[in-house]
Amino acid sequence: MKIAIASGKGGTGKTTVASSLISVWESPVIAMDLDVEEPNLHLFLNPTFTGKKPANMEIPKADNTLCSQCGKCSELCQFKAISLMGEVLMTFPEMCHGCGGCIAICPEGALTPEFRELGEISWGLSGRAEFLMGRLRVGEAMSPPLMRAVKEKLKEMMNVSSKDVIPKDVIIDAPPGVSCPAINAVMDSDVILLVTEPTPFGFYDMKLAHEAFSPMNIPMGVVVNRAGLGNNKVYDYCTAEELEIMAEIPYDRKIAEAYANGCIIAESSDEMKNIFMSLAEKIKQKAGCKNAAEVCRD
Amino acid sequence: MDKIAVTCEEDSLDSQVDPRFGRAAGFLIIDPDTMKFEYINNGSTQVMAQGAGIQAAENIAKSGAKILLTGFVGPKAFQGLEAAGIKIGQNLESMTVRQAIEKFKAGDVDFATSSNKIGHWK
Repeated sequence: MKIAIASGKGGTGKTTVASSLISVWESPVIAMDLDVEEPNLHLFLNPTFTGKKPANMEIPKADNTLCSQCGKCSELCQFKAISLMGEVLMTFPEMCHGCGGCIAICPEGALTPEFRELGEISWGLSGRAEFLMGRLRVGEAMSPPLMRAVKEKLKEMMNVSSKDVIPKDVIIDAPPGVSCPAINAVMDSDVILLVTEPTPFGFYDMKLAHEAFSPMNIPMGVVVNRAGLGNNKVYDYCTAEELEIMAEIPYDRKIAEAYANGCIIAESSDEMKNIFMSLAEKIKQKAGCKNAAEVCRD
Repeated sequence: MDKIAVTCEEDSLDSQVDPRFGRAAGFLIIDPDTMKFEYINNGSTQVMAQGAGIQAAENIAKSGAKILLTGFVGPKAFQGLEAAGIKIGQNLESMTVRQAIEKFKAGDVDFATSSNKIGHWK
């Protein structure tokens, strides 16, 4: 089972929830930070890193002496990373999304693959949990290709477990927002948790995230962080949209202090631990509902 | 004389020069001797997520114009136009296409040696 912790608005508590869930998760689990632009889950889980590798993306290298100026690559590229400028074939490597289409379509073999470094993938162990994260290179603008590379590594980590009887669950710390990186982080999960706060801003962005993620038909639930702050709009919306509020984390200075000290909230008190244990239970039920629904559809 | 491309808001010599090169509404490709012109719609670049400047430079290269008069040119578009051998007159916003051509004919336009707009990707 994969659980994606997403939010819409940044700073609502995705990492707070992700780190706490990992702390109380009883079955084998991999903690994966897919917020590759600003990964921070490791600050709370303090993993011992056991490996790292650079992640690269294939980009085209043009040989102008072989180019017949047919312009097919230039027409194909939606991002103008390759362009026939009069009689000169130009490439703009930082614009390339790495689809490989230009290299495939070139009839003259004038394009060959080259690589652009996207960032780094690192992995390790944090207590009972395995840990995996990606970090985008400073100056790199495209995170989905790096996220795909992190997910490839995840497959490897999940496969090594042939001796494990219980399959590993994955808890994903997703990036904020509702654009490509956020979609990419949640798209192959079994449950999406939307972490929000009951403020106008939190409500607005939660609604955007709910709308953006709904077409994927993945069961969704809401965690209200800083409950007690703001107004009732998040609650009213959840009632109207039949979105289950799966946990509420109170608006409490002690929690902010624990967070600021780099503590995992679920480990800060019994009250907190119970909130997250109950959340973990509800997540499992929600994932179960999805499987039941699938059986019914078949 | 070489054909001149001017970024324009509308299909007319009396249109304002569109200050943006990459996301200009269109181009007039003008024969400066006869002032006859052809209009190229560049609207499709306005909806591109990225690469509008490069696409616009490609459009100009295809049009056969050797000189471009416009307002602001980004770094990648500049690189593309240079590669295609197109000379660039910038900072010609706040006037009509006709006025820009007249200014050029009077020898009051210096060709640019570098982009005058910072790119989005830096």
